Amino acid sequence: MTRFANPKKFYNLSQKLIPILGITTLLFFAIGLYFALFHSPADYQQGESVRMMYIHVPAAWFSTLIFVFMATMSGVAFVWRHPLADLLAQEAALIGAIYTSIALITGSLWGKLAWGAYWVWDARLTSVLILLFLYIAYLALKQSMQDKPIASKMLRLLALIGLLNIPIIKGSVQWWTTLHQPPSIIRSLGISIHMSMLIPLLLMAAAFGLFFLTILLMRTQTRLLNIKTIALLKKQDQLDDPSLAA
Amino acid sequence: MKPKYKRLSIVLLVITLLGGALTLTLCALEESMMYFMTPEELLSKKEQFLNQQIRLGGLVKENSLKALPEPMSVEFIVTDTNQELKMIYKGILPDLFREGQGIIAIGKLTENNQFEASQILAKHDETYMPKEVADALKKKALWKEPVNE
Repeated sequence: MTRFANPKKFYNLSQKLIPILGITTLLFFAIGLYFALFHSPADYQQGESVRMMYIHVPAAWFSTLIFVFMATMSGVAFVWRHPLADLLAQEAALIGAIYTSIALITGSLWGKLAWGAYWVWDARLTSVLILLFLYIAYLALKQSMQDKPIASKMLRLLALIGLLNIPIIKGSVQWWTTLHQPPSIIRSLGISIHMSMLIPLLLMAAAFGLFFLTILLMRTQTRLLNIKTIALLKKQDQLDDPSLAA
Repeated sequence: MKPKYKRLSIVLLVITLLGGALTLTLCALEESMMYFMTPEELLSKKEQFLNQQIRLGGLVKENSLKALPEPMSVEFIVTDTNQELKMIYKGILPDLFREGQGIIAIGKLTENNQFEASQILAKHDETYMPKEVADALKKKALWKEPVNE
């Protein structure tokens, strides 16, 4: 694993992986959406509106998983001082924020259909809204610090503290009474989604995951090139004007 | 201790402490984290909540739904299987509202032990299946009515 912590090796590996990941993502989206929209049954209670699940649930899963990824990378960057870990955490944030927004917007529309309200302040909805605010805070901090050395330290701290919100999101529907229903898949009584709906859901989840990986690698590559360019420009300045070297 | 392990223990210590603090806070706030009360809770604290705007959750009792003479008004019984309450509501019911299903009502408890709801939200459970499967299960008498917590 640590082999790829070398930025150059990582760059070359990404170069090979991105086209493969990109094509696989498209493939999974195509098959997943076909199943989700055309080749899966309507729900016995909710009817056709259950199709909202195939976008809402994968987006919601990955909105939390991406934050866990960011916190893990921040921890790795703090403990082992791998510069690449910081970059991966930072480049994942925007995708996480977008997934969280998708989960909130589709959830709100689905809520209107199923519950009769776009929004309520129950523990699940509120904790996911806090997750979105954490992502926005992280992105705003990253933007405002402009690559100062202290920036990555503050971002690591924010990601690690924000991690505490994740178990609250997961537990909210089990610890407290909420309007949002309890989990359907990871629960003690076994999966409560019929196979004909579970398969499209898992296909869509794979598509969302692959899309995240593809964009993450592309963004990190761009970031590496950026850093390299800045370093080269600095060097050039020094060659042009030796007095700057001191 | 190597600096690496020192940093690792700092991270773990800080997360554990913050996590502990947060757990204690949430436990202390338990009551306000609850989105709704059950009829049993409400009736046991009747004096405290009388005529106050609250959220009540429970199952709509089978065969209890009745239309009232006033237009768009209904009454039905909400139960948590221990206690039940008569509910009165005027307005449009959500699509998923049906007997045996969970709902959350926003409104207040009146002196004569009735709950006057100003808004009804349908709570759906975590089971998803096609209609044919539900029908087949019902036919084979394997059907277990979904139970909301």
